[in-house]
Amino acid sequence: MSVLEIKNLQVSVVTDAGNKEILRGVDLTIKSGETHAIMGPNGSGKSTLAYSIAGHPKYLITGGSVTLDGVDVLEMSVDERAKAGLFLAMQYPVEVPGVSVSNFLRTAVTAIRGEAPKVRTWVGEVKEAMASLNIDTAFSERNVNEGFSGGEKKRHEILQMELLRPKIAILDETDSGLDVDALRIVSEGVNRVKANSDLGVMLITHYTRILRYIKPDFVHVFANGKIVEEGGPELADKLEEKGYAEYITA
Amino acid sequence: MSALATNYLTPTGREEAWRFTPLKRLAGLHDNSTKVMDHISIAAKAQLPNGVLLAIADASEFPPSYTSTDVVTNRVRQEVKKVSVLTIAKDLELTESIYLSRNCSSAPEVSRIVIQAGVNSKSTVVIENTGKGEIGEEIEINLSPGASLDLISLQEWDRSAVHIAQHHAIVSKDAQFTSYVVSVGGSVVRISPTVEFTGAGSFADLYGIYFATDGQHLEHRIHVNHNVPNAKSRVNYKGALAGKEAHTVWIGDVYIHKGADGTDTYELNRNLLLTEGARADSVPNLEIETGEIVGAGHASTTGRFDDEQLFYLQSRGIPADIARRLVIRGFFAEIISKLKSSDLEDRLMQRIDDELAKVGE
Repeated sequence: MSVLEIKNLQVSVVTDAGNKEILRGVDLTIKSGETHAIMGPNGSGKSTLAYSIAGHPKYLITGGSVTLDGVDVLEMSVDERAKAGLFLAMQYPVEVPGVSVSNFLRTAVTAIRGEAPKVRTWVGEVKEAMASLNIDTAFSERNVNEGFSGGEKKRHEILQMELLRPKIAILDETDSGLDVDALRIVSEGVNRVKANSDLGVMLITHYTRILRYIKPDFVHVFANGKIVEEGGPELADKLEEKGYAEYITA
Repeated sequence: MSALATNYLTPTGREEAWRFTPLKRLAGLHDNSTKVMDHISIAAKAQLPNGVLLAIADASEFPPSYTSTDVVTNRVRQEVKKVSVLTIAKDLELTESIYLSRNCSSAPEVSRIVIQAGVNSKSTVVIENTGKGEIGEEIEINLSPGASLDLISLQEWDRSAVHIAQHHAIVSKDAQFTSYVVSVGGSVVRISPTVEFTGAGSFADLYGIYFATDGQHLEHRIHVNHNVPNAKSRVNYKGALAGKEAHTVWIGDVYIHKGADGTDTYELNRNLLLTEGARADSVPNLEIETGEIVGAGHASTTGRFDDEQLFYLQSRGIPADIARRLVIRGFFAEIISKLKSSDLEDRLMQRIDDELAKVGE
């Protein structure tokens, strides 16, 4: 049982023009097995929350705390956070020229598990995970995210999540840019990992569409750098109907 | 030979062939301002197999087989009194590589090597360049019909070395020449692998890797002359750069002359900038005088390893130093894996790791 605890988190983004405050005191607790949808309009700070937890150097923590099972996450380097069990599926996965998918996956899994996976079982494990996400095995030889379509990038993110077996996964707009078929495949991937591993999920999204495939236990409405309303799945239905207008004007 | 006379003109840096090269750092090899030794520093590393001979001959016995436009090559020809001649007997098929090594002293020198691969012979020649040398060099490689020769030239110089060289291959009917140029050491390295074909069915593969760190100038100038029908060439050079004033230059000239029907050529150069302050120049140039060809193309890209890539790899648990190494090794693997020698592969990968470790020191 793992717990990601975010308390009064305040974050600024570092820009050439100076620091700009984005998160204004976020409180959120995610436990193993739970799925929390974070919903909000563009520019509300949802992605900043995701990247701050993962440790992107662009963001400056100005207050509050983030702990995983009581251990201070904000003190950890980016790779230590991943080793501790955090995973961020990015909205815009980065191209890494010269590094093949197979080499990348193997190196990441070796780092996270603390030892190189056994060759015999590893090949099968990757093949199976790729097949279930409808990823062609020829993908292994391509460079990470280079020339991938939007859908391929997202499936590749979920493939990594499946192989790295995190405790808590943050999915940042994983649904953006996906057609219905791709959305279903990606969602099934997330649900499969959840079923097999007691994964806790923070699902960041603008639209309710993905919630038809991945059922949230909790829905949090995010606006102006903090959570402004919380509830169960029924809150998503309300957002579907009424949008974010009342939170923006509020 | 009025062309030859012109070639002796000291470059000023405004010439197309010299505009990228830091002339002040060439130790006078280009302008006759230093006295050079005609000193034979190349030697066989181990006993040569039967059928392979390394001899020292009078320069007059082995006059150049082609006209070079390179001013340093012409100076080498003018200065050398002795030539190193490596002969591989006809029909000889070697499974082990022939290793020649050179460890220069600090005195400037010129060197001319002639490699003669006999009819239907098959061999790999590795030339290891180490030490502090300042050297002007010409290697003339003659491939007889049906010969197959891999020439691997390793520039693992100390940081002070200056190495200006032309490697000219004359590839005859059905012969196959493969060149690997690996430049990691030296202060200034400028190598011109040039190829001409003299018979149909001939094939040249030119591969290169280079890694320039703080202050190094590594330049590679390829020239492939398709002057016969049905010859094929492939060029693939990859370079990484890191640190202040690291500079690499890649020139890829391919000429397809009238009558060279059935030519098939492709050249590629990729550069990876690891830090700010490094500069990669890449100039592919394809000139085609006949339309009756199988294919001709070129590509050149220069990419950056940036903080976003580092963040992405780290966010998957990969520590920063391993992330960098992963990117560099992956980048070079495409070419290093072609070497068909696991010893050499390991050695070069290790050397690349060592170069990487120096970055930012």
